[in-house]
Amino acid sequence: MTALREQLALLPGYAVAHLQLSLVALAIGIGVSIPLGIYLARRPRLEPGALGVASALQTIPSLALLAIAVPLLAAAGALLAHVGIPLRGIGYLPALLALSLYSVLPILRNTVAGLHGVDAAVIEAARAVGMTRRQRLLRVELPLALPVIVAGVRTSAVWVVGTATLSTPVGATSLGNFIFSGLATRNDTAVMVGCVASAALALGLDALIRLLERGLRTRRPAPIAAASAALALLAVATAASFAFSRGDRAREVAIGSKVFTEQYVLAELLARRVAAAGFSPRLVPSLGSTVGFDALRSGEIDLFVDYAGTLWATVMHRDSLPPRREDVLAEVTRYLADEHGVRVVCALGFENTYALAMREDDARARGIARISDLARAAPELALGSDYEFLQRPEWQALRARYGLHFREERSMDPALMVQAIAQGQVDVISAFSTDGRIAANRLRVLEDDRGVIPPYDAILLASPRVAREHSDLIAHLTTLDHRIDADTMRRANLEVDATGRSPAEVARELDAELR
Amino acid sequence: MIELEGLCKRYGERAAVGPLDLRVEAGELLVLCGGSGSGKTTTLKMVNRLIPPSEGCVRLRGRDTRELDGPSLRRRIGYAFQHVGLFPHMSVAENIAITPQLLGWDAARIRARVDALLEQLELEPGLFRDRRPHELSGGQAQRVGLARALAAEPEVLLLDEPFAALDPPTRDRLQQTFARIRRELGLTVLFVTHDLVEALLLADRIAVLDAGRMVQVGSPAELMRSPAEALVTELFDTPRRQAAVVDALLAPGGA
Repeated sequence: MTALREQLALLPGYAVAHLQLSLVALAIGIGVSIPLGIYLARRPRLEPGALGVASALQTIPSLALLAIAVPLLAAAGALLAHVGIPLRGIGYLPALLALSLYSVLPILRNTVAGLHGVDAAVIEAARAVGMTRRQRLLRVELPLALPVIVAGVRTSAVWVVGTATLSTPVGATSLGNFIFSGLATRNDTAVMVGCVASAALALGLDALIRLLERGLRTRRPAPIAAASAALALLAVATAASFAFSRGDRAREVAIGSKVFTEQYVLAELLARRVAAAGFSPRLVPSLGSTVGFDALRSGEIDLFVDYAGTLWATVMHRDSLPPRREDVLAEVTRYLADEHGVRVVCALGFENTYALAMREDDARARGIARISDLARAAPELALGSDYEFLQRPEWQALRARYGLHFREERSMDPALMVQAIAQGQVDVISAFSTDGRIAANRLRVLEDDRGVIPPYDAILLASPRVAREHSDLIAHLTTLDHRIDADTMRRANLEVDATGRSPAEVARELDAELR
Repeated sequence: MIELEGLCKRYGERAAVGPLDLRVEAGELLVLCGGSGSGKTTTLKMVNRLIPPSEGCVRLRGRDTRELDGPSLRRRIGYAFQHVGLFPHMSVAENIAITPQLLGWDAARIRARVDALLEQLELEPGLFRDRRPHELSGGQAQRVGLARALAAEPEVLLLDEPFAALDPPTRDRLQQTFARIRRELGLTVLFVTHDLVEALLLADRIAVLDAGRMVQVGSPAELMRSPAEALVTELFDTPRRQAAVVDALLAPGGA
């Protein structure tokens, strides 16, 4: 029950953020689609083209559309920066952009269809009684097309509320935060709360708009008034929530995290330390890996834990064999400061390297201890990895240097990899060395005997803004320097993954332990 | 009252109607008749510019209607047609009130006008004012359609087969109501029908069109007595034959 209570405590905040996202996207969708639909209904030549474009947008997988919105807005932001308009490329705006695009088609299609569906005799009568084009549209065509248009809005509303759950990886808070963090930390309660809440929201909105639609169709004022009042109230409440959410931005510190257990725990730990230093922490969880660093660099988040090897390969694009651990750290620190103004606050004291792991008994039977041993057996084996791994330079390097060719390569959610290997669905997994489940599930980490994988020191990064303005906070956080060893981290991760406790709870204990 | 001068409609190269010249005198009801495709509806709609003429002009009381924009012109001319086209989202009263409203009449005047028209068209105002179009029978709907056409006190009325979709007894009653009203109000009416019996019953004069060309204009008696072309003779054959049969049946000693 405490697990449920803990999740429910997050519900109001996430639900309001979800509404802020979906209702504004829907409003933009309505604002664009209805005028466009009116325009198109009168221009039969343009209509198929425009509806085609809207349909094509709809066929883009929603997650991809959200991902595309990030570089789109970044490009727009770069342009607007010249004229002094700041634009956030991560978080609310890209999600809003993608969801607004997504909401266009049903409303547009129904506006056109609704206007075409008005009886020709009624239109002739409207002209004959002396209405102008505008009067005809406002007094006759739109009122008669309205039930059909509202039906389109209803479809869009359900889509947008559902799709908004996918906006978490681009940094926008929504009910999807429950689902993404729940999946990553194996917290079924969180996943369930997220699913039930977003479904309830979608169904509730659907019911309200359906009531409005029925009222309009049957021309009964009572349901129209009731549904309009409820929708107006919802809109006003959402608008008001924007005003309230404008807190003290100067003292606010946004802490990002990626999509795996360790990151959630560390973010919660940082939040406690930030609060202790007199700032107000705000969590921006479940960011895509590169989204996170971009967000930090552009100041949309302030603190972020990343890994030296990751930065070495994906940000600095170095493919040469890394020198010693300390050299990598020094080089990364210098590079981030010079190129991006990002401050390396400290190394936390543990490495979380990419590793390849096998079932202990399987490894023993096949006589595999090192990755070079694996190359022989690989053609018979299946590799399971997280979504990123197969795209990463480390994998390219491993494959090239060891000559690895697996029978099959599958990517899956990191939370499910350990289960997949334990059940024999895959034979080798890309693992993180701090994953507590490696030892717990009797997995063997294979030695990188040719030293291909760079050192992955976990380092705490601070945004240029915090580096510039809040040296007191930096000093406060420097006390974490080399305080967390790999064992401590592994235990904390296992605590979350195996016992279903929340990252916040585990972080509280870790915090106490470190003081 | 209405003058058509060289009025002509072309679609691309093809001439659909005209050029036509025609005068309708004040208080006169002139029926445009002819087969389908003869151009009678096109001609009617060019008068209030629901269809813009390609050439020529229409004069009302001697003034060229091209001085007015389309909507202003149509607010001054009543129009009713077979499909009625009542606005389904408005009450009977709101439907009738529409043109006066567009003209900016005050509410009291509109209300009085609506009730007067309902009375004239033999619809009890208390019963019908607030009904919705879907609650009306075909005959009642067309009565409301006529009331809407008459609402802004036009001097000229254009009617396009207004009674064609009604069953015979309803049509008969409505024709009588209409004949009475138009005499009371002294309306000038241009009336399109393909029903020759209706034409004979209502018309002061009849203009026969064929393939967009004016074949003959004259009183019903003139047309029947001295048809200009075989087409006119044929046109009146049907009512003549029907009348003969009815006469024979009604004559003493008939079957």
